[in-house]
Amino acid sequence: MKLGLVIDLDVCVGCHGCAVSCKQWNTSGTTGPLTDYRPYGEDPSGVWFNRIRSYEVGDYPHNKTINFPMSCMHCEQADCVDVCPTGASYKRAEDGVVLVDQDKCMGCNYCSWACPYGARELDRSSGTMKKCTLCIDRIYDERLDEYDRQPSCVITCPAHARHFGDFDDPESKVSKLVRERGGYALMPELGYNPTNRYLPPRITRPIPTEDVSKKSLISSVKEWVNKAVAR
Amino acid sequence: MSALPEFEPRGKQEVKATTCYMCACRCGIHVTVEDNKVRYIQGNRDHPINKGVLCAKGNAGIMKQNSPAKLNSPLLRKPGTERGAGKFEAITMAEALDILEARLRKIRATDPLKLAYFTGRDQMQALTGFWASQFGTLNWAAHGGFCSVNMAAGGLYTMGHAFWEFGDPDWDRTKYFMLWGVADDHASNPIKIGLEKLKRNGGKFIGVNPARTGYQAIADEWVAIKPGTDAMLALSMLHVLLKNDQFDWEFLIRYTNATHLVVHTPNQKGHGLLLRDTDGKPLVWDLKLEAAVDGTRPEISPALFFDAVVNGQPVKSVMTLIAEEYLGEQYTPENAAKICGVPAEQIERLALEMAHVAFKETIEVDVPEGWTDWAGRKHYKFIGRPVSMHAMRGISAHSNGFQTCRAIHFLQIMLGTIDVPGGHLAKPPYPKHIPPAIKPAKDCAPNTPLKGPPLGFPTGPEDLVMDANGKAKRIDKAYSWDAPMSNHGLMHMVITNAVNGDPYKIDTLMMFMANMAWNSTMNTAEIQDMLREKETDGEYKIPFIVVSDAYHSEMVNFADLIIPDTTYLERWDTISMLDRPISEPHAACDAIRQPVIKPERDVLSWQEVQVELAGRLGFPAFTQPDGSRKYKDYKDFIINWQREPGIGFLAGWRLDDEGNEVHLRGKPNPKQWERYAKNGAFFEMHLPKHIRYYRHANKDYLEFAKNAAWVGSTNQIIIELYSETQQRFKLAGQGLYDGPMPTEAHHKERLSTYFNPLPFYYKPLEQCRIDEDEYPFYAVNQRPMFMYHSWDSQNAWLRQICAQNFLYMNRQRGTAMGIKDEAWCWVESHHGKIRVQVKLVEACQYDTVWTWNAIAKQKGAWGLDETANEANDGFLMNHLISELLPVKNDPLDKVTNSDPITGQAAWYDLKVKVYPAAEGETGTWPIFPVIKPLPNGNISPEVLRYQAHTAVNLQRPMSDVLQRGSVHDNERGL
Repeated sequence: MKLGLVIDLDVCVGCHGCAVSCKQWNTSGTTGPLTDYRPYGEDPSGVWFNRIRSYEVGDYPHNKTINFPMSCMHCEQADCVDVCPTGASYKRAEDGVVLVDQDKCMGCNYCSWACPYGARELDRSSGTMKKCTLCIDRIYDERLDEYDRQPSCVITCPAHARHFGDFDDPESKVSKLVRERGGYALMPELGYNPTNRYLPPRITRPIPTEDVSKKSLISSVKEWVNKAVAR
Repeated sequence: MSALPEFEPRGKQEVKATTCYMCACRCGIHVTVEDNKVRYIQGNRDHPINKGVLCAKGNAGIMKQNSPAKLNSPLLRKPGTERGAGKFEAITMAEALDILEARLRKIRATDPLKLAYFTGRDQMQALTGFWASQFGTLNWAAHGGFCSVNMAAGGLYTMGHAFWEFGDPDWDRTKYFMLWGVADDHASNPIKIGLEKLKRNGGKFIGVNPARTGYQAIADEWVAIKPGTDAMLALSMLHVLLKNDQFDWEFLIRYTNATHLVVHTPNQKGHGLLLRDTDGKPLVWDLKLEAAVDGTRPEISPALFFDAVVNGQPVKSVMTLIAEEYLGEQYTPENAAKICGVPAEQIERLALEMAHVAFKETIEVDVPEGWTDWAGRKHYKFIGRPVSMHAMRGISAHSNGFQTCRAIHFLQIMLGTIDVPGGHLAKPPYPKHIPPAIKPAKDCAPNTPLKGPPLGFPTGPEDLVMDANGKAKRIDKAYSWDAPMSNHGLMHMVITNAVNGDPYKIDTLMMFMANMAWNSTMNTAEIQDMLREKETDGEYKIPFIVVSDAYHSEMVNFADLIIPDTTYLERWDTISMLDRPISEPHAACDAIRQPVIKPERDVLSWQEVQVELAGRLGFPAFTQPDGSRKYKDYKDFIINWQREPGIGFLAGWRLDDEGNEVHLRGKPNPKQWERYAKNGAFFEMHLPKHIRYYRHANKDYLEFAKNAAWVGSTNQIIIELYSETQQRFKLAGQGLYDGPMPTEAHHKERLSTYFNPLPFYYKPLEQCRIDEDEYPFYAVNQRPMFMYHSWDSQNAWLRQICAQNFLYMNRQRGTAMGIKDEAWCWVESHHGKIRVQVKLVEACQYDTVWTWNAIAKQKGAWGLDETANEANDGFLMNHLISELLPVKNDPLDKVTNSDPITGQAAWYDLKVKVYPAAEGETGTWPIFPVIKPLPNGNISPEVLRYQAHTAVNLQRPMSDVLQRGSVHDNERGL
């Protein structure tokens, strides 16, 4: 299995629902808590597994705003794992999920330097590296409904812009979406072979107007002739 | 696969259903609780509003519950200290209620108008309004006067429903969607769910907005409009439709008053009113009978266009008036382009695209069982015009918002898209007859309930709430000549009017969840001064201020008595169809909240406070004939109180005469709360297929609605393109009305100018009273998707997304002005100046600057440190906005800065100038004094490590480390 996410940039409105949902699930999840620093003071910050970046493309008035959620890509070529001196960082053989064993991590930061996607976050209170677990503590939990055995970010997304599944299965929803919508990997040139895929914005269909345009426009109310329409 | 450990302590977890309150959206949630701590909040998949999803706010409920700003007990301003100085002493809830009861008892027995009771972001206006009418004061309203009254009034006076809570696009079927002036928080989840559906179905999404953020980010096309000019855009598109003969003849003839005949006798009494028969029925010209006939009859053939003399009176049909008006030169796309800043080509193309989708991509929904129209005729199809729209604050918060909202509805109606498949749908209990048949109460007397609710829908000058001299009777001057159709009141004027004693002085101002000392007022600094202002005898001009809130807001600091509210996870509550409904277009819905967390503070929900005070004060509806209390508590009241036989706050699981459970109408059911709790905290009744569309003219629906007490009659709801109500006020302004008329020149002028039976564009009022060359920028503000009003800066997670707001400015414009990205700048209006940090972006209309509102906080409030960015770098635009019109030394100087029709606060009319601050001038300005901590306030932690239970780590087996080491070494051939 190759588990990961598909994120649909055509419908992501940048609401941060996924990011906060991730925060609340994972703060009491397997690598929790996700510490917050100066939560009520200056420049509050904290550990998040999923952050929304926003970009502008094009110049006004032909500009567009792109909201771009980013979390661990669960790369096939996960250099973050290669560089780990303690064996804390690992990519699970059975499903490809990249995890950090909190008991083995010594917080050396090598992995975060190795990650080109900025997916790893050091928890300064625990002194350990934390990251997206793909909700490993949800997706195999058979006491949850089948639907709920998905990452928290996927379940919560109000625009249904996030999808979870097995990329090894060509018939899975994620595989189909990638095929049908031209899903792409972020920065493939770096060679990390990320698992997660992004769907580009759809092309808007053209709407014809010739069939509702009059050649000689009406200029006065007197040009209309009443039609008998029964009330 | 290796076995996983048990991560969750399921044995001590409980999952309870309730309703979110992180914003006004009211989504269903499942809350997992362990040891009285919230573990997880998840959207309820069965819930009609959110269908399982949840936004950033809803997901941050844990941190709202965990906020250090929570109030711990009632507080009384320390005797001998000044109001606003922040010196309080803790008292018990019993003491607090005794103090409040005594004060209110005296007011009620002497002059009930001395109580002004205004509520902020609550969703229990049905209860608070009923409480006020039982108390006997006219001085009640909620926050609609500065939120969305223009949208509610614009819709209810036109088509009997409106945008947002009263209506929705038909997301499943619409193919073309235009979003007008919608900030990113209205409505949170349903719009996101809907936009995704629209895009998946291949529909086109147009965003009309000066800023391209949030929803607009995914729009297929952006219309970068100048704020306050939307009426011109809409009416210019209407012009294009008329020019190209693109409108829905059948829809207009059957369902609207487009065929009604209007008396055309300019400058005479009766001009512009409908020609009626002796029974008062509106007349139309029948093409077959060649005679004027009752236009409400079926089987007639009314002329859509008509201009002749009937019964000795010159008349024109409404459609003739519409065509004459909107074919006019002023509405050409070329002219509109100059006003709106939108290219003429774009205006014309969008209008034609909508015409194409409405008329060439028409959809038909088969109804095998048939649907019956208002006249009893059976049809087997619903014809759908799949063009839909939604509009909100960007339309509403302008002084031309009422007419603008009507203009947008005109487009929808011309295209035949009202309550049809793919169009704009009403949500039960809407549509209502136009307008709803409730008039505002006019009189009050000691110890006597009002004869009706304090707010209602006037249909002419005789419904205004004024004394014999034309002076306002309400403290906010609602329903006076200043704002005749102010159906939601004018909360933004209460403090100013009370302090000025205009129209009179009050004794007690009671506020629930309204931050009127900070972000929910115009002119914040002076409003704070007013709250401290004293008479010469040393008494405060507003003698007593009572505030109920759950958190330490800026307004709480100005209270004399603070009643701490519960959080949304700690209380019983109803989301009622008598109030702001949560229904979906095809389902009647309501909901409850139930406590999932036990409060460990001396707090009481405002719902309970209402019922408790009503019982103590002996309000008739809350008292048995023997004088004893009728309702033990809020839950008891909700079960047993009935507005009319069978109708109460909750519509689900009532009882028939045999004791069987029935919905919508039925006797009280003692088990009603339990039934809601068991059903996921909501009630949803799907409408049968044949009553899902054309409900304004659907006989079976109207009968169904009458049984549910949603409408008073089963008569067809005739859509009012032409508003006779508007014309009556206009005639009053012109001195041509048979009834009350204003005597002062400025009132006459406002009525005759701004009231109009057909919508039109006029320049917002503030902009007509300032030098626009001096203040070239439009300045607006909106809420981000991840925060709701002032509430969320206390939220440790949400404030990490945004703790400082910037002034967003168009990059090209800023560069041309020599303003650098992130430069500190001064922003000045006719009323004041502020210092802000500017961000240059593409996503901003060239002549507009905008910001996120209510991020800024007063130092010390909301549990934040003095160093918080919100208090040092964030800013309020409110300082630049006056609650009165700009001074011009004329009688309008003292008139509210609001829509002259509805009294909607015109806080989007603002214009400003922007210039760089001097070298070294950084940080926000003005800075306010630090609010003192409360005597029993909480300490805000330096580091937060929230978790409901200790994490169960997933260990990597040592064997795996040894066998695989780094998993990729082999692949790289090392």
